[in-house]
Amino acid sequence: MDQQPEQHVVAHRRRTEPTAQQREVQPTRGAPVFEAKNVSIWYSAFRAVTDVSLSVHEHEITAFIGPSGCGKTTVLRTLNRMNDLVVGARVDGVVHYRGASLYSKDVSATAVRRRIGMVFQKPNPFPKSIYDNVAYGPRINGVRNRGKLDEIVERSLRQSALWDEVKDRLKASALGLSGGQAQRLCIARTLAVEPDVVLMDEPCSALDPIATAAIEDLMRDIKSRYTIVIVTHNMQQATRVSDRTAFFSVLRDDKSDTRTGVLVEYGRTEHIFQDPTDSRTKAYVTGRMG
Amino acid sequence: MTVATEQPKLDLREPPSWRRTKNRIATALMVLAMVLVVIPLGLVLYTVIARGASVISWSFLTSSIPVQVAPANVGGIGPAIVGTIEIVGLATLLAVPLGVLGAIYLNEYGGKNALARVIGFMADVMTGVPSIVMGLFIFSIWVLHFGFSGFAGALALGCLMLPIVIRSSDEMLKLVPDSLREASYALGATRARVTLTVVLPAAVGGIVSGALLAVARAAGETAPLLFTILTVTTVNRNLFSGANTALPSQIFANATSPYVGAQARAWGAALTLVVIAFILMLVARFVTGRFTRQGR
Repeated sequence: MDQQPEQHVVAHRRRTEPTAQQREVQPTRGAPVFEAKNVSIWYSAFRAVTDVSLSVHEHEITAFIGPSGCGKTTVLRTLNRMNDLVVGARVDGVVHYRGASLYSKDVSATAVRRRIGMVFQKPNPFPKSIYDNVAYGPRINGVRNRGKLDEIVERSLRQSALWDEVKDRLKASALGLSGGQAQRLCIARTLAVEPDVVLMDEPCSALDPIATAAIEDLMRDIKSRYTIVIVTHNMQQATRVSDRTAFFSVLRDDKSDTRTGVLVEYGRTEHIFQDPTDSRTKAYVTGRMG
Repeated sequence: MTVATEQPKLDLREPPSWRRTKNRIATALMVLAMVLVVIPLGLVLYTVIARGASVISWSFLTSSIPVQVAPANVGGIGPAIVGTIEIVGLATLLAVPLGVLGAIYLNEYGGKNALARVIGFMADVMTGVPSIVMGLFIFSIWVLHFGFSGFAGALALGCLMLPIVIRSSDEMLKLVPDSLREASYALGATRARVTLTVVLPAAVGGIVSGALLAVARAAGETAPLLFTILTVTTVNRNLFSGANTALPSQIFANATSPYVGAQARAWGAALTLVVIAFILMLVARFVTGRFTRQGR
């Protein structure tokens, strides 16, 4: 795994302090992790998302914001082929992950998901023990050695800032955890397989502000090792944690009475929130439009 | 105290009205319906226990079935119990794995494709097929070629159990939240892995209790056995050849005989069968409860 030092990230961010003219997403160090070009996503006859192009960069947190129904979760689920599980879902256009096309015929969705993990909106721990939840991923990848598993479980739980709270009850059912703990357990479970990318679908929407703060701290802690894409309804959260923000919106066509999600604007988080180019972005981030 | 006296007294009771009357009438009707449902059940249980309890003893459960006319206190139904355990056991071995695998296909693999829909529909149709038709079916495809045997009876009972097992397992698998499947898929699990490590453990309690209810149902069926095992009075340890016996068909044979002793043994066997079914239900409840509690 790429071990970029934290300082590198900080220094880099200072260097690319935004200016009013600097609208375009600047290429940063390394190749982009994801590059989507003209992506449209269909659920049977319904075009949920139209013509999205964006790139996601390594060791950054990219936030997707926008009103309900704008397709941000759909785009997120396209990045690790979770939408394959939805009957009738179809992707047009190309999604490149580190140079490889995610949707070419010979790509296995299983192999993709082992590298690109996902944390869901509602905490969804398995009805197993805390230990077995975290060890689940390594086990399906063939790790059987008890000592190795112990090590992975401890490391993952430490990374997700849950270790101190659960270290004495690793054998207890994960269903006894509070909402915030359960969500951090789900993050630990995702980190246990050492993914390259962590996709988060509104990970804090079911949590109180304290648990939310814990998860945000955790995201900042782990971003030196992982690339994170987060969907959020909470704009403060996007400004607090993300390096880049993509604003999606709903495009209605009154003539044919259809609607579809579009990417309105994508750039550094400071641009999007302080000086957006598009009037729709401005209306949304200032709270004048839902 | 002082605050309470300053305020006018609130009347929060439901005012007498047509709505209240309707509520009372509906409640009374529901209680009546419940009593009407319980009466036949209670009468059946009462009659079986009243007539059967005096016959039952350890020797009744283990002795062989008398071939000649004998009084109630002579002989027993041992061979029929052995036959029931063997035949229903074999039917369970045939139907439960097949049914559970079928339900897994319907839920986890088939999705909404044509084959899955056809299988689901056929399972529903099979549930409604009268049990005697199952017996006739096995009679025509098996017994006519290979003769009467315990195995033929197990086949008939298995056909009867199969749709029940499929439907009950299907319902249990449907109850497993999709969020758990997604969590597993998101870690790079294959479909088989998701099914084995997440879906089945979450549904196993319900699947087992559904299977036990199917077993209880099959243990009490007479009609599928009439054309398949040709009720005899002796123990036949070979399930694959020669006629066999079982409790329901023994009850049928004894109850239709003109002799008082045989009829009394029929009551005893009936009570034995009720108790077996009751025990299976209890075990099913226990299993469901146990797995549900572990799951929380």
